[in-house]
Amino acid sequence: MEHGDSSEVRKRPHAPSMRSYAAVWGSLVLLTAATVAVADLDLRKIAVVVCLGIAAAKSMLVLFFFMHLRYENRLIVKLIIPIAIGALAIFIGLTFSDILTR
Amino acid sequence: MNDHADAHAAGRVGIWLFISTEIILFGGLFLLYSMYRLKNPADFHAGSLELNRVLGTLNTIILITSSLSVALAIAALERGRRVQSALFTGATIAFAFGFLIVKSFEWSAKFHHGLYPNAKVLLSMPKGQNLFFGLYYMMTGLHAVHVIVGIGVLSVMLVRVLRGAITPHNPTYLVNSGLYWHLVDIIWIFLFPLFYLIT
Amino acid sequence: MAEHPSHTDAYVPYYLHKGKYPGPLGWLLATDHKRIGLLYLACIVVFFSTAVVIGVIMRINMLPGHAVLTPQQYNAAFTLHGIIMIFLVVIPAVPTIFGNFFLPILIGGNDMIFPRLNLFTWYLFVLGAVLAIVSVFFGGGAVDTGWTFYVPFSIKTTVNVPLAVFAVFILGMSSILTGINIVTTVHQLRAPGMGFFRMPLSVWGFYATAWVQILATPVIGITMLLVVMERLFGIGVFDPSKGGDPLLYQHLFWIYSHPAVYIMILPAMGIISDIFPVFSRKNIYGYKMIAFSSLAIASVGSLVWGHHMYVSGQSDTAGIIFSFLTFLVAVPSAIKVYNWIATMYRGSIQVEPPFLYALSFVFLFSIGGLTGLFLGALSPNVQLHNTYFVVGHFHYVIFGGMGFGLAAAVHYWFPKMTGRMYNKPMSVIAWLVVFIGFNIFYFPMLILGWEGMPRRYYDYLPQFTTLHTVASVGAFIMVAGLVLVAVTLARGLFAGHKAPANPWGAATLEWTLPSPPSQEDFEEIPVVTSGPYEFDKKEAAA
Repeated sequence: MEHGDSSEVRKRPHAPSMRSYAAVWGSLVLLTAATVAVADLDLRKIAVVVCLGIAAAKSMLVLFFFMHLRYENRLIVKLIIPIAIGALAIFIGLTFSDILTR
Repeated sequence: MNDHADAHAAGRVGIWLFISTEIILFGGLFLLYSMYRLKNPADFHAGSLELNRVLGTLNTIILITSSLSVALAIAALERGRRVQSALFTGATIAFAFGFLIVKSFEWSAKFHHGLYPNAKVLLSMPKGQNLFFGLYYMMTGLHAVHVIVGIGVLSVMLVRVLRGAITPHNPTYLVNSGLYWHLVDIIWIFLFPLFYLIT
Repeated sequence: MAEHPSHTDAYVPYYLHKGKYPGPLGWLLATDHKRIGLLYLACIVVFFSTAVVIGVIMRINMLPGHAVLTPQQYNAAFTLHGIIMIFLVVIPAVPTIFGNFFLPILIGGNDMIFPRLNLFTWYLFVLGAVLAIVSVFFGGGAVDTGWTFYVPFSIKTTVNVPLAVFAVFILGMSSILTGINIVTTVHQLRAPGMGFFRMPLSVWGFYATAWVQILATPVIGITMLLVVMERLFGIGVFDPSKGGDPLLYQHLFWIYSHPAVYIMILPAMGIISDIFPVFSRKNIYGYKMIAFSSLAIASVGSLVWGHHMYVSGQSDTAGIIFSFLTFLVAVPSAIKVYNWIATMYRGSIQVEPPFLYALSFVFLFSIGGLTGLFLGALSPNVQLHNTYFVVGHFHYVIFGGMGFGLAAAVHYWFPKMTGRMYNKPMSVIAWLVVFIGFNIFYFPMLILGWEGMPRRYYDYLPQFTTLHTVASVGAFIMVAGLVLVAVTLARGLFAGHKAPANPWGAATLEWTLPSPPSQEDFEEIPVVTSGPYEFDKKEAAA
């Protein structure tokens, strides 16, 4: 693999511009406002789903843009993250199979 | 075999694996939370009303902004702007301190009202509310420990950026520290609605 | 990574290499994977011996008329025996000793990807051990809860639970970081030509194990932290009087502790998969099936934890689901056994000590696995839970399985690590004594449990006397055998014949290095052009 000389600035390929970062920040603030506003609506059963959904959306923004998952190598994006989230989902899910049916 | 690029790639695989372990670590607490909330919905709602939504929202904004500043710190480093990178890193540390200060106001207010683990006031409340606060302190407490560790890590990185030990050619440690910090932000993104916004 | 030596023709064994630090510091500050492997080996030998001694004292106590321990002491004894064996020996041993020493070499590399992190894991390991030892002598004394630390007893008992469970937390951190090191190393440092399906199956074993270490260990970490918080601050999440559910503790505990037993067995199975082809002079039967079965055991094995909780108050629905998954996980293990036997078929069998251990591994692990099916079925479990049947079962799989697998690895790789060969007739005799003693020791436990003898009891009804006596005698025979093994290996270490580079005629990469390797392992990273068990290619090339 070639390297430039040491004075060359190594920008990661496809990294977002500083302006894009600010836009992501703006979206995160908006979603925060949304989740607070939604809390005051009496959504009953789907309240948890909506609040977790917004939290998941905010996390996706942080993961894909701030943490560069959008540009990261396949091993991390396709293997490590899904496995971690999948493992947690299974641990919680199978425990629910006990709690819900007792 | 000794390519810088390969070392960067390996370092990132390593930090993402570490991030996975943190997801599972907090995941165990989220498991407990979901089971106890399922069993005690009214008590969890009552407990949530005792929390200060304004301060919680403020802390959420603070952490989101700190994620922005650390991302900008790395972007600045990659463009060779060492001082700007250091300033953004310093800002991140300042935001982290801000978060902890707000948190300490929240907690001391709760303690003042007798809402701390094993307090008579708390034990006289319905059991579900006791569980709510037990989980609240455990989860926000463990999160705060991670914030403190983050302050330490970022401070070390700040010194290294200023000294030139972290460069555009060799940004791995700052990038990985940033990834850790974003994780801290993501954990709070879930903690906030689950504790402060239960309806 | 390793610095280039200035004169490559001066071969120095790795343990004599003079690096940056003189004397003992050269070991305590070592980042070389081989030295770190030996640091772990030294500690684990000490911990294993300690736990064996505790076990011997327990078996003396179980002889009629020899109640040498008070009930409280007996509780502390089986707790300590369990904590030491599980967290300080069986979980770490194969990955940290043989994974560290051989994984980089097996994939054609010169070290782990994160050498300093590797050393840090050893310091965490030592710290965890020290904290566990301190907890025995301070703050209320030795833990008496069993290694499972079940609430609410662990919250109420006056012994030093917080320090002991915090020690487990530290040991968990060590295990996690080792797992991260192994997964990253396997993905990033394979030599040119070493595709995933040319890796030795021992590497597949380490790799699958490392994923379990990464994903399951954080759960025990948080559980232990919660117990500490419960003891220190009374947060209430596990305390029934405050609304807590003790069953949620059990769920969290076993979500780790069941996959933990796969952390124990998978690396050993991997090494056995390396050994069978060598001593059958034949390529492994079903390479891909064995590789995938390691991944299958790791993943399905992480779904079965509720089989420890059938009679705890868990719902019947959950019990049925967990029982089904438990039966499912037996399948990939059975696939491995079938493939190992099929490897021997029409092979040219070389009866050597590593192979004797490998064969007895298969036999003992099969008994253990089959008794696991009894326990995994819902109805028999009601009768057998918390009896000696369980004790017999897990000693067959852990000791008969992982233990004999570890012994096979020791006897297989001893010449490579030390440059010497042990006395083979002596080691065969030692193996036989251990094997016979083991079965006299643990088989009666299966009968005792079936007949109703509860586990963790310091005394028993008169009808169990005969079998307990037989078991204790078996224990003493087995320990005598273990001493013979140790003596044989020690003599080999200090006075054995010099071993050649490839005494067994194996085809994996470690045997291309001198015995023992030099500090830097490969002078030139090899280019891999054949599989790990292709003896015909090797012999054609020779």
